[in-house]
Amino acid sequence: MSDAAATAAETAPGDIQLSVRDLNGWYGESHVLHGVSFDVRPGEVVTLLGRNGAGKTSTLRAIMGLLPRREGSISFEGRELLGLPPRQIARAGIAFCPEERGIFSTLSVDENLMLPPIVRPGGLGREEVLDIFPNLKERLSSQGTKLSGGEQQMLAIARILRTGAKFLLLDEPTEGLAPVIVQQIGRTLAMLKARGFTIVLVEQNFRFAASVADRHYVVEQGRVIDMIPNADLTANTAKLHAYLGV
Amino acid sequence: MVELFGIPPQALFGQLLLGLINGSFYALLSLGLAVIFGLLNIINFAHGAQYMMGAFVAWMMLTYFGVNYWWALLLVPLAVGATGIVLERLMISRLYHLDHLYGLLLTFGLALVIQGLFRNYYGVSGLPYSIPAELSGGTNLGFMFLPTYRGWVVVASLAVCLGTWFAIERTQLGAYLRAATENPSLVGAFGINVPRMITLTYGFGVALAALAGVLAAPIYSVNPNMGADLIIVVFAVVVIGGMGSILGAILTGFGLGIVEGLVKVFYPEASAVAVFVIMALVLLVKPAGLFGRVA
Ligand SMILES: Nc1ncnc2c1ncn2[C@@H]1O[C@H](COP(=O)(O)OP(=O)(O)OP(=O)(O)O)[C@@H](O)[C@H]1O
Ligand SMILES: [Mg+2]
Repeated sequence: MSDAAATAAETAPGDIQLSVRDLNGWYGESHVLHGVSFDVRPGEVVTLLGRNGAGKTSTLRAIMGLLPRREGSISFEGRELLGLPPRQIARAGIAFCPEERGIFSTLSVDENLMLPPIVRPGGLGREEVLDIFPNLKERLSSQGTKLSGGEQQMLAIARILRTGAKFLLLDEPTEGLAPVIVQQIGRTLAMLKARGFTIVLVEQNFRFAASVADRHYVVEQGRVIDMIPNADLTANTAKLHAYLGV
Repeated sequence: MVELFGIPPQALFGQLLLGLINGSFYALLSLGLAVIFGLLNIINFAHGAQYMMGAFVAWMMLTYFGVNYWWALLLVPLAVGATGIVLERLMISRLYHLDHLYGLLLTFGLALVIQGLFRNYYGVSGLPYSIPAELSGGTNLGFMFLPTYRGWVVVASLAVCLGTWFAIERTQLGAYLRAATENPSLVGAFGINVPRMITLTYGFGVALAALAGVLAAPIYSVNPNMGADLIIVVFAVVVIGGMGSILGAILTGFGLGIVEGLVKVFYPEASAVAVFVIMALVLLVKPAGLFGRVA
């Protein structure tokens, strides 16, 4: 039995690991999520695609408990997350890599890497993580924010792989990175998928999204308006281009 | 013995030692303020009152329960730190969503209440706390006489300051603290209990103030105003060092104590204002303080 199948067996019934239903979200007075609904199955890589300001980041922040006000339902492995503070959501096994990367300037690279606590067994070891991102190995004692943008992105991903959380929320991990680094991150996601990780990926880089994902959700004006399986992508290119305005 | 710059060495070294002692208290107190400010973003105006509580609780433990100095060094910071934890949970934590000014006003009001209570029960004349037998007496160093207790205060303060610096800058717990100071919501999203960390940090800062109070009890008379007098200078130290910088608070604390001592030797009339003149100059040249980062 593969890792992915093992996770799937644990999370029956329904074979759905994360179920977001009619999610509404606000920043203060401004209502930004207007009924987001989508599902993620164990071991899947799904993307949230959409124009700037569509509500992709806000959706991930809502799942993580970081949006100040939320309504609706976010069910993870059968447990409702809506009333929980972020730390308990993290302890439930969800790890978050924010769009702005969130590398700490008062921490060294090594301290940044070792910061997130282990929430459950089965995470990657420190050496394993450094083997995946060898660039970090030589920079361990540097100040976190002295790394290049690409290295900071690797660090932001690397540090959550140690935690044992197998459900990852990645917000535009390839944003602004050189093609070789994008490829490296692509290989890493494929490796994580093979190990049974489940990934929700926010992506603007459409080709990258197509190369790693199983399914794509299209977000527009705070709602999910369509779902396209990766296999049907070529057939739906025109539609998708219209959605994304590319 | 030869005179240095027309000053007898006895007087020079005597004042330097006094400066070092004052610096020990400045360092301990501004360190606590810096730790609290870093994570809670409030200027803890109750810090002087909590230092005074440290001295008083040591006196009370000795007078009412016969708890000696050495036990007081351990128990008083725990007890006063616990009152800080209660304070943070019951009152200060309700203000985090408001402007920082409210935290300042609350702690300022608390300082007045605490000082008023102690003045009410113990008056203002001051209570004696004798130097523990193990630390009484002194040594003639040739160029000056060093009272053992004063030497102990300097060593103890240095050790606590360096220990705190080490814990914050070099341990995993310190990394949590630094990270939460920078971006508390992301640290929370990693599964760390930030509210609890904030509470414990406040308790720790208060415990440092109380420890300074115990160290001060045998030197200064234990009275309700002892904190109010000292804390004004300590705030100046914090401004000079830069808010929130741990090493800055320690170095500036000791440094300014020594500078103050030297001013007392060479130009005694200015000694009371020296720190404030330095503060004004530093603010003109480096508004973020000597060790502060510009936001
Ligand atoms: N902190 C905030 N306060 C108020 N409004 C916000 C805040 N963050 C985002 N918004 C608003 O919420 C809406 C959704 O933003 P969000 O960041 O979720 O979009 P996105 O799909 O991630 O966009 P992008 O592709 O540019 O990252 C936008 O209209 C944005 O202006
Ligand atoms: Mg975004």
